[in-house]
Amino acid sequence: MSENLLEATGVEKHFPITKGLFKRQIGAVRAVDGIDLSIRTGETLGLVGESGSGKSTAGRLFTRILEPTAGTITFEGEDISHKSVTQMRPLRRDVQMIFQDPYSSLNPRHTVGAIISAPLQIQNIPTPNGVKKAVQDLLALVGLNPEHYNRYPHEFSGGQRQRIGIARALALRPKLIIADEPVSALDVSIQAQVVNLMEDLQREFNLTYLFIAHDLSVVRHISDRVAVMYLGKIVEVADRDDLYKNPRHPYTVALMSAVPVPDPVRRDRAQRERVLLTGDVPSPINPPSGCRFRTRCWKAQEICATEEPPLITRLDDPESHLTACHFPVVNDETVAGRRPAATPA
Amino acid sequence: MSLGPEASITDETTTPTADAAEERDRGEKAIAGRSLKQIAWRRLKKDKVALAGGIVVIFLIVVAILAPVLTRLWGHPIDEYHVDQIDPTLSTPLGKLGGISRHFLLGVEPTSGRDIFGRILYGAQTSLTVAFLSAFVSTAIGTIFGLAAGFLGGWVDSVISRVMDFLLAFPQLLFAIALVSVLPDTILGLGDRWSRVLVLVGVIGFFGWPYIGRIVRGQTLSLREREFVEASRSLGARSPRILFRELLPNLAAPILVYTTLIIPTNILTEAALSFLGVGIPPPNPSWGGMLSDAVAFYSIDPMYMIIPGGMIFITVLAFNLFGDGLRDALDPKAR
Ligand SMILES: Nc1ncnc2c1ncn2[C@@H]1O[C@H](COP(=O)(O)OP(=O)(O)OP(=O)(O)O)[C@@H](O)[C@H]1O
Ligand code: SF4
Ligand SMILES: [Mg+2]
Repeated sequence: MSENLLEATGVEKHFPITKGLFKRQIGAVRAVDGIDLSIRTGETLGLVGESGSGKSTAGRLFTRILEPTAGTITFEGEDISHKSVTQMRPLRRDVQMIFQDPYSSLNPRHTVGAIISAPLQIQNIPTPNGVKKAVQDLLALVGLNPEHYNRYPHEFSGGQRQRIGIARALALRPKLIIADEPVSALDVSIQAQVVNLMEDLQREFNLTYLFIAHDLSVVRHISDRVAVMYLGKIVEVADRDDLYKNPRHPYTVALMSAVPVPDPVRRDRAQRERVLLTGDVPSPINPPSGCRFRTRCWKAQEICATEEPPLITRLDDPESHLTACHFPVVNDETVAGRRPAATPA
Repeated sequence: MSLGPEASITDETTTPTADAAEERDRGEKAIAGRSLKQIAWRRLKKDKVALAGGIVVIFLIVVAILAPVLTRLWGHPIDEYHVDQIDPTLSTPLGKLGGISRHFLLGVEPTSGRDIFGRILYGAQTSLTVAFLSAFVSTAIGTIFGLAAGFLGGWVDSVISRVMDFLLAFPQLLFAIALVSVLPDTILGLGDRWSRVLVLVGVIGFFGWPYIGRIVRGQTLSLREREFVEASRSLGARSPRILFRELLPNLAAPILVYTTLIIPTNILTEAALSFLGVGIPPPNPSWGGMLSDAVAFYSIDPMYMIIPGGMIFITVLAFNLFGDGLRDALDPKAR
């Protein structure tokens, strides 16, 4: 539980913005702008942030579908930051992805059998009992009817398609699975089933997950640690219970209060505690100076505009809890829109 | 998002196979999947208009192939004069409706008395050959360049897109007229008829590829962003596999549809070129050429104009109806 499977140091991805016939560069989308993050063997790391914060880009960098414009990514101690497509090919067995959209992630012209056996084919994995058997075993593993191997994706429901995507990711028996919002597109009733399946598979195959989501509630159950991302930066990372108990970054606090609570008694209290996340996310082309959250932060002061807060341990937090904020939220603090905790309900 | 922080996911009593659709499938006997091809065919069979168009198209193709046989059975050779069928003073066909009779099913030409039935059949042969072959040329070039532009992007895309814009703006008819007047009458040892067919196929096919190219480029651009392509990449697939296994099967439907829809355009272009006198050289028949000949007689022998004109109209309409039906049937959105 201690060794780092994947390590990112100062990783950046700037997408150039070009103009005209000659593709002159006139700027860059700083989708991921210097993140340090490590994924430990066997854990599930939740990665949370609003839309456009760069989560998917980070995931694609870790699987090296994208090449970082700066920084290093190591997998099992090996630097993979700038490996070529050919050099990456053998490593693809170890890192796999599960995608958000169960409709666009499966080729509509291929049968489920062709989709799930593609990884075996591409990586030349021998199948001693035949490809069909291998496919059927994988289908059974994710809870689908093995006899459905020659059906087409459109004949399955969203949840079933996501299971097909999971089976495809599992085919190579990877060590790390990057799941990019794997349940966001699913019905609420089916989300839990898919998350449960992922947990079962994690136990069975000793998988490590990076579980991307856009709200904190989805990752709470499955994650061991949670990282919060805002505008291309990690703003807070901590062990799961620590983070939910003592959120330090104002953005984390805001995200947490934006969580709808199903229990009606608690909802009453939660509503009063809601911190409004006002305004839009600024453009990643021209992020605010200093702390990127300052344009929406109720605690912002002058220093926030001039000095970028480093991601370090704050207050009396454990070493594993890092926050990038000059004025971290203390436990009983009065937050805008949130009454002091002492007020009786 | 209702997986609230308080909602424990493990509490839910759900087995992994509890998806609604899965349960429904349990009872079904048929396990084999229905491919999109089968679904499209099923849909096309219900579309009566498209089906009628398709039947006419097939009928025309059969007629064109069997033109020599049918002419021998029910017509006369295309360059055989029948002056006995012509009114010597007016030089119009004897009898009603342009000389339609038991021996001359579609009447005869004014002045020469040649059999229109035979000439229409051979004209169908020319029209369809030119239209199909040039559509094939357009599709082949358009698919290759459209794929390259969409898949490779960057400067390749810029160059190909500019070339397509240029060709679409180019005065194709003028170019064809100029080209035909400088080329020899026979090339590659083919007779004058097939030599000209070859030239027409080259010109129409070449100027037609940007239409297909644009469609393929656009589709490739949007497909390239789909997650299944990324999935294939993250599995370590090489570019040829992504192109031919992932992208091309999804492009087959639009390519088929637009090839079908470019055929009627080609028929019209061929007719226009023949009408302008740079099509198939006489005495070989073509619908456009017959139409052109008929202009001089339209007031005294309207049938001579109506028959080739009607053939062009019916053929173009049939191809368009069939092509539209095919597009609807293959549309992945209307599943
Ligand atoms: N290929 C690309 N070219 C240019 N800009 C890009 C590209 N991919 C992503 N971006 C930009 O980078 C930023 C981060 O995008 P990303 O998809 O990583 O966000 P995200 O956190 O995954 O959001 P979501 O929750 O919507 O999936 C966005 O502003 C996006 O527009
Ligand atoms: S550094 Fe300043 S602006 Fe940024 S989150 Fe902390 S208090 Fe807010
Ligand atoms: Mg995303």
